[in-house]
Parts: sequence; C-alpha cells; structure tokens
Amino acid sequence: MELYRAHVLICGGTGCTSSGSTNVLETFTKELEKNGIQNEVKLVRTGCFGLCEEGPVVIVYPEGAFYSRVKVEDVPEIVTEHLLKGRIVKRLLYHDSVSHDETIKSLNEVGFYKKQMRIALRNCGVIDPENIDEYIAYDGYKALAKVLTEMTPEQVIETLKASGLRGRGGAGFPTGLKWEFARNAKGDKKYVCCNADEGDPGAFMDRSILEGDPHAVLEAMAIAGYTIGADQGYIYVRAEYPIAIKRLSIAIQQAKEYGLLGKDIFGTGFNFDISLRLGAGAFVCGEETALMASIEGKRGEPRPRPPFPANKGVFSQPTLLNNVETYANIPQIILNGAEWFASIGTEKSKGTKVFALGGKINNTGLVEIPMGTTLREIVYDIGGGIPGGKKFKAAQTGGPSGGCIPEAHLDTPIDYDSLTQIGSMMGSGGLIVMDEDNCMVDIARFFLDFTVDESCGKCPPCRIGTKRMLEILDRITSGKGEEGDIEKLETLAKNIKASALCGLGQTAPNPVLSTLRYFRDEYEAHIREKRCPAGVCQALLSYVILAEKCKGCGLCAKECPVGAISGERKNPHVIDKSKCIKCGACMEKCPFHAIEKR
Amino acid sequence: MKSIKELEEIRKRALESVNLRKDSKGTRVVVGMGTCGIAAGARPVLLAFLEEAQKRNLKDIVITQTGCIGVCRLEPMVEVYMPGEEKVTYVKMTPEKVKRIVAEHIVNGHVVTEYTIGAVEK
Repeated sequence: MELYRAHVLICGGTGCTSSGSTNVLETFTKELEKNGIQNEVKLVRTGCFGLCEEGPVVIVYPEGAFYSRVKVEDVPEIVTEHLLKGRIVKRLLYHDSVSHDETIKSLNEVGFYKKQMRIALRNCGVIDPENIDEYIAYDGYKALAKVLTEMTPEQVIETLKASGLRGRGGAGFPTGLKWEFARNAKGDKKYVCCNADEGDPGAFMDRSILEGDPHAVLEAMAIAGYTIGADQGYIYVRAEYPIAIKRLSIAIQQAKEYGLLGKDIFGTGFNFDISLRLGAGAFVCGEETALMASIEGKRGEPRPRPPFPANKGVFSQPTLLNNVETYANIPQIILNGAEWFASIGTEKSKGTKVFALGGKINNTGLVEIPMGTTLREIVYDIGGGIPGGKKFKAAQTGGPSGGCIPEAHLDTPIDYDSLTQIGSMMGSGGLIVMDEDNCMVDIARFFLDFTVDESCGKCPPCRIGTKRMLEILDRITSGKGEEGDIEKLETLAKNIKASALCGLGQTAPNPVLSTLRYFRDEYEAHIREKRCPAGVCQALLSYVILAEKCKGCGLCAKECPVGAISGERKNPHVIDKSKCIKCGACMEKCPFHAIEKR
Repeated sequence: MKSIKELEEIRKRALESVNLRKDSKGTRVVVGMGTCGIAAGARPVLLAFLEEAQKRNLKDIVITQTGCIGVCRLEPMVEVYMPGEEKVTYVKMTPEKVKRIVAEHIVNGHVVTEYTIGAVEK
C-alpha cells in the first residue's frame, strides 16, 4: 500500500463533470508529474460533494482545503503553491469555508453542510467509487457479512421495521413491511430489483448515489436477496446516466472478483448476482409495474394492481423493488441499529432525506437533511437563499406528481405526512425553488406538458384527460381563458386522480391542484384581466417605452429584429405592438432602463 | 470472499490509504516548505519521512508540509505533533536525521533532543 502525504479529491459527479472536472483532473495529473510529486500526492475522482453550483470542486487533504470553481488555469498554482510549498491558495477557496480570522473551517462548519446529515450520501465525495477497497475501508460489506453470519431473515425484517425506514422513491411505504411481503410470498424463484429510473425534472439524488457510492446499493440488494430468498437482482437504470452506469458496471465487476457477489458469499452458501437493465428514457418506467415489464423486455406499460409485485413481479415471480436511496440507507441501519436510525427524524418519518436543490437558489446542489428540517432552513441556511435578493414565492417538491409549497408554509417540518397535508408530497426529492418572477400557471402548464408527453397512453383518463387539461392551461396562458375554466380543470383533475391506472396519471393533476390552492388569484388574473402578474406568459405581455426616461438614442430600434420600434433621434421612441414579437431584446439593450414589460 | 476475516484484512489495509481524509488524532509531521525550506533541502527530508513511514508500515500518521515557519536560517525545519505531547521542532534536517527521528521519537517516543531547536540555538 502506497503512503501518500496528500490526497486531492476531485468531484467526478455529473454536475462537476459538466463544469469541466475531467480537464481539471487531467491537468492535475500533468502538473504533479511536471513537479515530480506524483508519487507523494494521490489524485482521487469521487462522487458528488453536493455543492454543484460551485463546481468543479476539489478538496485537498490533510488540510481539508475546499477549492471551488477550479479552472484548468488554476491548477498549476494549486500544485506549486499548495502541494509543493504547503501554502493554501486562499483566493481559490470556497468563500464560505474561510473564517473571519482567515483559518479554514472544517467541512461540517460550512453553512452548506452544517445542517446536513449524511447517511445515504455518506461516501459521496469521500471515496473513489471505482475502487472497492475504499468502500470496504469505510465499513463497506460489513453489514452484508453481519446479516449472512449473525442474523436470520426475520431479524433483518424486524430491524427494518423498528428503524421506521420508509420508501424514498416518493410514496413512503414502510420498507420492512415490503420486505416481509416479499419474503412470505410463495414462488420458485424470487427477484430483488432496484428502481434507478429517476425521471422527475430537476431530480438527481439517485444518480449521485450511484455515481458516488455504487457499492452501497449492491450491498443492500444482496442483504435483500438473503432476506427474501432471492439469488438474482436487477438494477433498472436510465440510459441517460452514463457515468452512473459505468461506475455500477465497475462496482459489480469488482464485487464479483472479491466474491462479494456470486456463489457462496462469505462461505455461507448464499448466492447472489446482479445485472443491469437500461431504460430507454420513458418516464412511466419509473412506475413499478411498467418497470418490471420493461425488465422482462416488454413494452414499458403499467398494469392494474393487485397482484402486487411482492406476489407477482418480474417474470410473474415474487419481486422486491426499492428505490436507490432506500437501499443506500440499509447497510447503515444494519451496522448502527434500528434505534439509531429511529432516533433521527420525526415521529412518523425517520432518518434523513436527500433533496436535489434547483431553480432560483444560490447553492444549487445535493443536500441530505434529517426529516423534520423546515423548508426555510433548506432554502435559506443550506441553500444560501435566492439570487439577486428576489422574493421567495414557492418551492415545488415531488416533480410532476407533487405540488408547490407557498411562503406561508415555509416553516412546515419536512416529512411524508406534513407535506401531503399541505397539498404537496415528499416525492423522490426534487426541490425546485421559485421566486417572484415565476408564473405559477406557467409552472403548472410546464409539468402537465411533461406528463402529457410521458403518458404511455394505455388508460383513457391519463391519455385524454391530461391532454384536455393541458389545452385549457395553454388557453389560459395565451390570453384566451374563459370563465369556468378553473372549475373545468378542477373537475377533470378530480376524475383523473380517481380513475387513472397508475401513479403517473393519478398524480398528474397535482401541480395544477396545488397551484390552484395557493395561487388561484394568478389564474384569475390570467383569465379575467388577461394579465400575467409575474410577467412570464408572452401572449399577455407588452413592452412599452417610458417616454420620460427615453433619450432617443436609437439603440433599441437598431436591436429590434422585426423593426417594430421607430422614432426621431433624441426624441422618445415607440413600439408598434402589432409588429412586436416580445423577444425582450430592446429591454436588455436599453442603457436607461426606459423599456418596461407589462 | 470466503470469510469475514478476509474482508477485515482488506478493510485494515484499505483504511490506511484513506486515513488522510479523516480527522486524525495520530502523529502529524509537518515539514516547512517555503522557498527557504525548499532551497535548504526540505524535499529530500519530506521524501525520507514518507519512505520511512512506509518501510515501517506506520499507522495513523500524517506527513504534510507548511509554508515558512519563520527561522529561515535553521531550515529545513520539521515539527512533530504526537498525541498528548508538546510540539517538537527539529531544525537543519537531513534525510539521515529523519531515520533517527522516526525510529527514536515517532516509534519509541524519545525526543531526539540534540536535533531540536532548543539544542541547536544554545
């Protein structure tokens, strides 16, 4: 084992990869060699650190120096100053990681991490996901060893039940109960499946776990296999996650080489294998029955339940299906005990939840918080608030199946039940923040547009009903809304929810219902006054030049692509509304802020 | 993998490779590597520490560097922090001195007084 004096951890999650961390890693490799210190300093490509907004992120140990937004040009300086001479390059450090007295705070002291608690993400950004040894160093596969040698399947189920763990895919079904159903089901062969078909717009929790700590999922699936009596597992992962697929494949290969998957694991006679199945990008395949049909090679369409997958799942055999994040919690529960897990969170929601923060927020990224944390803490303390000093309007959770939470409910503790109560849902963990510039009718239209696109078309309520709802919303946002539209939307929503075949259709009206609940006035303004209060819906907007501010410089007229602006030089100009295409180019160009959007 | 013992062996071996990323409570060796330190030969000293630690398979030790400690004329300087003990500063270091410090101080707990700043400055 080589001993290194410094470790340079470079984030290799999708966020940082797209902001250029691969080039940064290559430059580090070159620079270390140039300075002849490649044998003293170890480069590690890790999973997601969570602070995607500040990527590419680089952390140097033993100092724990947190460099953010590292560019290729910065690398030579970090190598010659920090790694060679031991002088931390302060100007490149993440601003919040430096205290007032100029010392470096430990990561847990940084505002973004302070209120977080990492269980599912514990190894993300800490280990090299492509090296099984590093996972083992952090107690990896110890839970599997414990289960196989010391616990009966019943004890595993009891532990999960006592821990209070609920499904992290969104619905929140008690995991221990699900495992018990699958164990008690009769069948010649059983299967363990992992749902990694993360499809909600703005959600990337599961991807980050697979990219940063793939072995945690493999280990938990093997534990599940032992518990329910299965010897085969499938991970159903979207083909749009190339990095996750690559790391999963490497992880499965390494686990097989070590005999942690395969035959006679730990000499106990227990056999378990895992294969990958790639999804082709259909959102509906995240629904359990559609997912299983797709694993079998059939068209990804849902079917009525019962029978439930626990009795009749993949290849009509008893099947256990859990989400990635649910699995990632399980080895920790086995190792630390049910009481430990149950001590975290609220009365009915135990443990932590991972959220993907996005939208109008400063720290876009991945956070894991104990259940019961309030939305205010997530948005302001962890997320760093809203850019540009704008006002918070709502947060959207649960993606196309969820709803929005208005400012009045910012202090609601986040758990399964309280979110349902205020008309939203936990969902898989996408959390999109919206400010005063977001039109809520338009947001509802966006999500409905998504579900209409992704509806598989099998059942009429979803295929036809959501389409009709979208048409009404299209009408409202284009200024053709009529009295009675809101009521029509409500009736359609109620009927679709009650009659659609699967979760996709049953939850599709939620974004409309929750925006109606909290922002009905915006709908009414669109319909009655033909006005979009947030200034988003183009058809309801008009651009005007304020005569008292206009100096007649003519810049706007030059910029206008359709020649809609005219006027004498040094005299106020005017916009011809019949020609204007509302592109906003003039407003951006005007040096005197004389153009307004109404 | 045929036994838990096997897993435990891999874990122990791998733990050392990631120790650096944990909050360490063990020994810290800090080599002064400002321009003065490097000019005076701090790099061979640093490498000697790494080599010795590896040869002796030392656990729970962090070898790192820092900027100029201030007494440039006594470079290369090295500070050794052992748990529960006062910091010891060695000066005018050479790779040969490193071997003795690792053997006597870090492994056996006896400070090599003649190499310390106190002895040299007298």
